[in-house]
Amino acid sequence: MSLVSLSVSEMRSGLLNREFSAVELAQAHLDRLSELDPSVKAFVTVDPETTLAQAKHAQARIDSGDATPMLGIPIALKDNMVTKGMRTTCSSKILENYVPQYQGTAASKLESLGAVFLGKTNLDEFAMGTSTEYSAFFATRNPWNLECVPGGSSGGSAAAVASQMAPISFGSDTGGSVRQPASLCGVVGFKPTYGRVSRYGLIAFASSLDQIGPFARCVSDAIDAFESVMGRDAMDSTTIEASYDASVARTPALNGKRLAMPRELFSDDISPDVRAVVRDALDAMSNSGAIIEEVSLPIIEHGVSTYYIIAPAEASSNLARFDGVRYGLRVDGANSIDMMTNTRSAGFGKEVQERIIIGTYVLSSGYYDAFYAKACQARTLMKRQFEEVFTKYDAVICPTSPTTAFRLGEKLDDPMALKLADFCTIPANMGGFPALSLPCGLANGLPVGLQLIAKSFDEEHLFSIALATEEVLPKIGMPAIA
Amino acid sequence: MRYVTSVGMEVHAELLTKTKMFCRCPNAFGGEVNTRVCPVCLGLPGSLPVINRQAVEHVVRTALALNCQIAMWSVFHRKNYFYPDLPKGYQISQYGETNPIGYHGWIEIPSEDGENKVSIQRVHLEEDTGKLMHLPGGKAGVDFNRAGVPLMEIVTAFPPDIHTPDEAREYLHYLRLTLIHLGASDGKMEQGSFRCEPNISVAPEGSDKLGTKTELKNLGSFKAVSIGIQHEAERMISTIDNGGELHQETRGWDEGRQISYPMRKKEREHDYRYFPDPDLPPMVFDEEYIEGLRAALPELPLQRRKRYIRQLGLSAYDASLLITDDPGWAEYFDEAVSLGGSPKLICNWMNGDFLAMLNEEGLPARESSVSPAHIVDLVALLESNRINGKQAKEIFEQSFKTGEKPSDIVKREGLEQLTDESEIRKAVKEAMNQNPDAVQKYKEGKTNIQGFLIGQVMKKTQGKANPEIVSRVMTEELER
Repeated sequence: MSLVSLSVSEMRSGLLNREFSAVELAQAHLDRLSELDPSVKAFVTVDPETTLAQAKHAQARIDSGDATPMLGIPIALKDNMVTKGMRTTCSSKILENYVPQYQGTAASKLESLGAVFLGKTNLDEFAMGTSTEYSAFFATRNPWNLECVPGGSSGGSAAAVASQMAPISFGSDTGGSVRQPASLCGVVGFKPTYGRVSRYGLIAFASSLDQIGPFARCVSDAIDAFESVMGRDAMDSTTIEASYDASVARTPALNGKRLAMPRELFSDDISPDVRAVVRDALDAMSNSGAIIEEVSLPIIEHGVSTYYIIAPAEASSNLARFDGVRYGLRVDGANSIDMMTNTRSAGFGKEVQERIIIGTYVLSSGYYDAFYAKACQARTLMKRQFEEVFTKYDAVICPTSPTTAFRLGEKLDDPMALKLADFCTIPANMGGFPALSLPCGLANGLPVGLQLIAKSFDEEHLFSIALATEEVLPKIGMPAIA
Repeated sequence: MRYVTSVGMEVHAELLTKTKMFCRCPNAFGGEVNTRVCPVCLGLPGSLPVINRQAVEHVVRTALALNCQIAMWSVFHRKNYFYPDLPKGYQISQYGETNPIGYHGWIEIPSEDGENKVSIQRVHLEEDTGKLMHLPGGKAGVDFNRAGVPLMEIVTAFPPDIHTPDEAREYLHYLRLTLIHLGASDGKMEQGSFRCEPNISVAPEGSDKLGTKTELKNLGSFKAVSIGIQHEAERMISTIDNGGELHQETRGWDEGRQISYPMRKKEREHDYRYFPDPDLPPMVFDEEYIEGLRAALPELPLQRRKRYIRQLGLSAYDASLLITDDPGWAEYFDEAVSLGGSPKLICNWMNGDFLAMLNEEGLPARESSVSPAHIVDLVALLESNRINGKQAKEIFEQSFKTGEKPSDIVKREGLEQLTDESEIRKAVKEAMNQNPDAVQKYKEGKTNIQGFLIGQVMKKTQGKANPEIVSRVMTEELER
């Protein structure tokens, strides 16, 4: 049995029982990475020296009797998570050679828990995209079919876990950027409640929506990963100290759970093969005692258009700091404003520029009320409609992605189709709700994800349902490449 | 045609806080460039702001002192624009009519016949930018030490209540003193911690509309502000009278040539695309917090001035000498007055010999060995005629050196003033007998020789004789 196929809990017990060392575990993943990544292209930056040094350090802690949960566990981080001394690019030319001088909170927590950093994973530039094809460097491939996209924007992190280059990885989810690639790559992906995980050190795309979340190959590993980064942070005033009962989270429970199935997310907007697989999953859950009822959440229809106003608006402001003055790319100009214009024109890709322009437009005086203010109202309505459902149901259940993985380049000419890929995932970001995607079957050999959404800060019950659901769903196995 | 000038005032004051507005870097002035910086105030990718409570409290207190409404729910906005000294590409500020921490207030300023009210539109909190520095070879650098320093913006209401350069100057003077006495700002114009940008317009007398306005920048002192406004109003009037046209523009003040020059035309308002900063939760104040701060406000400079003039009978000039950049000076005065004694005499002694000695030693009043009780003691000796002014000076000088109470010095050195008329008459007669020439000259009509004779009497009495009695007795003897 190869070390890379173990679950996190198996790795942990293997390390503590001295079956293998943290260095051996890290080396096994580095070997896997050099074997598979040339074809998967999940990583933007790897630094084996640092990885092995961290592994040695973790081993020393293990040898001294330390049993911290993440000690010696290899992880990968999306390349929009700031890592001190390790290049952080956002898969953008504008930050191609940027080496941060500080450690983000999530990275810092993982580091102190003894996790071993394998490297930084590819993403759609500044997390804007649903296929990872908008990376300024290269497109990441789906391990289930190398001709297909892994989803996005955290496609690198999803592909790394699906191909066993890392047992755990982290991404960021603004409109579905963790859950949608998790769905397309057949792994578990989790977006925590907004305010549960610090965004300090996450290079902002849309600040009111962004949340760091883990990828794993099973729900239990995802819970481990989540628990290691959660908690209020004095450096991020949007984080909240909220209760979380880890023992509730670890107790699978499905019998008698009331689950709401929004009619709008089982419509013709969802491909028939995805719907069929998800329906089978719902049947299996019903058979285990879950009470599944159809509800209507009409506001969902406005989700994508609302999202594509709010997210670009915030992004247009968040990305203003990349001006060539202090760090990153600089392209000279006749004066400082020319320099900034040249830098940003050369440094940002087409998709990013487009979103900056949209965001600038919707915030402009004369358009603000018609677009941004209106979108904020729609967002509030969406949140309320979901909260109403959560007064009667334990969770909302639906597909994660309207389709399975599509072919590379297939939708590049159709930006609207790419944007619709977030149709099922956007509501959780709009309301700040925790949401998890787990594999529930295959359609034409490609994974299908099932999404569970719960009320804010109710991660413990969401996990409990997810663990029980995982038990009754068919196992999809590993991609052939693995 | 006669014109009315209208002046709106935009003041930026850096707040006195331990740390910057949204990070933990120290808030200080000067120092080596880019040494008080961190990921947050440099706008590094991924960094996030956290609100400084002390800064918020300064603004709430200032807003209360300026009789403002307090926004019980107040948010920060992003003001988006590109400039090399602006690290994030936006400034965190506050936008809206009733969203700034304080709005719809007023401040009183002295006028010829009492006080005038100047209406305040808003008092809001924001962050300062970095500083562009021109380097040799046509290059420029940025010092980010100032970036993120808490900045309070105070804007007067529209239409403006200020119509003359003097009113503008009084407004700034009392606003600045108010901030200093609140401990909110050090008000140092020369260090840029108190900055003022007036906008000026002129309109024909009786017109219900204001004229085209210009904003004046680079005013480095109060004097420059009033001269600048005067100059600008005159320039506008002569332009109109000569059939010219005014443009809405920003003009700079050239201190050397004492004229304004065009900096940039404001064709239309810049679109800053304000929107609520999603990185910061709203500030929610409760009644108890606000009322607690209101109750703890100190006496403000203008209230104090009114009390000094109307209750203590001081002149406006004396009041202005007591109400200074050092609130401790007025407090010292208040303490002395509370112990009894003539406010006028206390004021005179404080602003006379005491101030001179303090300045010479470079000491604040409270660190000197003279307490308010010492001043009161000295004034009481003078008021009861036990010592004369000349003695008082010497006694005070000793007291300043040793900390000894003036009345103790008087007792110890037997310095009490000579008021016994028969003894004084004896000394007067002696002086006249010893200086017959002088007496002769007096009798010939040179009456000012009397001063010389009085001096002789003072000499004989070692300066202890009461000068008034000496003078009266001397006149009696000479006229006999």
